[in-house]
Amino acid sequence: MSIDKPADREPGFSTLAIHAGAAPDPSTGARVTPVYQTTSYVFNNVDHAAALFNLEVFGNIYSRIGNPTQAVLEQRVAALEGGTAALAVASGHAAQAVVFQTLMQPGDEFVAGRQLYGGSVNQFNHAFKTFDWKVVWADSTKPETFLEAISPKTKAIFCESIANPGGIVVDLPAISAVAKQAGVPLIVDNTLATPYLCRPKDFGADIVVHSLTKFMGGHGNSIGGAIVDCGSYDWLSAKKNYPALQDPNPSYNGIRMAETFGNFAFALAARVLGLRDLGPAISPFNAFLILTGIETLPLRMAKHCENALAVASHLAGHPRVAWVNYAGLPSNPYHALANKICPRGAGSVFTFGLKGGYEAGVQLVSNVQLISHLANIGDVRSLIIHPASTTHRQLTDEQRAAAGAGDDVVRLSVGLEDVDDIVADLDQALAAR
Amino acid sequence: MDHDRYADTYIAGILADARTIAMVGASAVTNRPSYFAMKYLLGKGYEVIPVNPNLAGDEIQHRHVYPKLAAVPGPVDIVDIFRHSAAAAEVVREAVALKDKLGIKVIWMQLGVRNAAAAAEAEAAGLKVVMNRCAKIEYGRLSGEIGWAGVNVGILSSRRPLLSGRGVQDHVIAGKP
Ligand SMILES: Cc1ncc(COP(=O)(O)O)c(C=O)c1O
Repeated sequence: MSIDKPADREPGFSTLAIHAGAAPDPSTGARVTPVYQTTSYVFNNVDHAAALFNLEVFGNIYSRIGNPTQAVLEQRVAALEGGTAALAVASGHAAQAVVFQTLMQPGDEFVAGRQLYGGSVNQFNHAFKTFDWKVVWADSTKPETFLEAISPKTKAIFCESIANPGGIVVDLPAISAVAKQAGVPLIVDNTLATPYLCRPKDFGADIVVHSLTKFMGGHGNSIGGAIVDCGSYDWLSAKKNYPALQDPNPSYNGIRMAETFGNFAFALAARVLGLRDLGPAISPFNAFLILTGIETLPLRMAKHCENALAVASHLAGHPRVAWVNYAGLPSNPYHALANKICPRGAGSVFTFGLKGGYEAGVQLVSNVQLISHLANIGDVRSLIIHPASTTHRQLTDEQRAAAGAGDDVVRLSVGLEDVDDIVADLDQALAAR
Repeated sequence: MDHDRYADTYIAGILADARTIAMVGASAVTNRPSYFAMKYLLGKGYEVIPVNPNLAGDEIQHRHVYPKLAAVPGPVDIVDIFRHSAAAAEVVREAVALKDKLGIKVIWMQLGVRNAAAAAEAEAAGLKVVMNRCAKIEYGRLSGEIGWAGVNVGILSSRRPLLSGRGVQDHVIAGKP
């Protein structure tokens, strides 16, 4: 029955977004992936149980480590990112915590571009410090600063592809070259771009993380996160120490993850060590909702980008708007890079500045009627926030300015409503006093 | 043929047609990859015959260990090589010499094991070759089981996975009795 053809056909992105990982349920024939709302799974016998616990056979044991609904989500995200495997967890922040817990030892360092989601800056500066993992900051707009930040203790490099709060597209090939030179894996947070706009693996990323809470789920209804193993980092020949991957593991009978699981060893180690021991499992129901969201990811992202470009162009010509920072606009300094890194669009999250400063920002978010004033992005609904009066209010003026959250800054996440209605809402809110 | 990428149909055909696998370099140490693979393949109904001169006459997972391929009595469909890449050459030479006697059809080199010259020699003798792959991982991928570990199996299907009937969480590949 074997046929010697060179390779099987590669399905397209939209097909993967609907089908990857989701064969019909084997026992009921249910076509949509069921919500396996269960904590645990019966064993066939004692030998089967032992083989599962030893990782000798594949299968489900306990939903803190894995669940069949979650597994379909993982395969889906891995397929869309072109990875060998993925792990879904409770949130984007949990994804980051588990990635670093798998890579780092106390005293180790990693280099991160400072243009990140504010919550990640907090996590790296404060929470990670309690584990004695040290973040060394670089400038994502200047790849050479990553090289300058490398030390013998560096274990990884971290950046976002399109940076939140937006406007900045990161030169992933240049940063990947630094990671290769330093011999460490490159971790890319691809939350704002999603694999529809950018596949970091194609630009040299070794590990991709997601807040599935945003565009991947896309409907503002579930918190979730994912870790994708691109299968590209060779743990066995690495000059750096990654004990979770390279050393005999005492809690698994002395197996070496990288030797036993090859090019998906990172995802597996993150699951059977990090997730098992830290515990941030995703709920099966959230996994189900996010999976359903991903089925329309290509359609949604195309429309998000189309709407964002129209709204950004409109605001750029508005008399009360001082500036618009959206890489999709041809006048933007990151436009050329956006054409290379995310040619299908620059996403739908961006910032703009109001001539009227702080007061004008407060007025705008107080007057919107259709757009929602809240702290999230990546929803079918359009969302708005004035960082200086909310997420960044505890900072000093200087800190706010450095974080790109000065008094005049407003962040928009453009949704999928009719674009004329989004524009009309902004116009009336900007005009109101 | 291209040994960097195999069509799923090629690997599936080999695993569906085979009944008996001689595992050269099989280990009795329970955390070695060969031990894992042997356990898994036995569970899927293959007859696995361990070959290892240092353990000749012992048993691994209740299977008699033979010192070399030439000592194996029965038919062998796949010779699965768990040795370092250079050592694969000698195993392949032995397998080619025994191919008619034992009915050997396939040379399979484990994940991490590659030997292009040995592969060419086996192919010239009419044997199929798989290099740098783990039979357990490939079976898990083609049956869909490895997807439970979040692994991208690279296969889309609107067909139900096939259940073995031996218990829960046990899938089989098409064409495997
Ligand atoms: C780019 C980015 N990364 C990570 C996160 C954290 O994700 P979560 O809120 O799912 O923990 C967010 C959330 O806003 C984000 O925007």
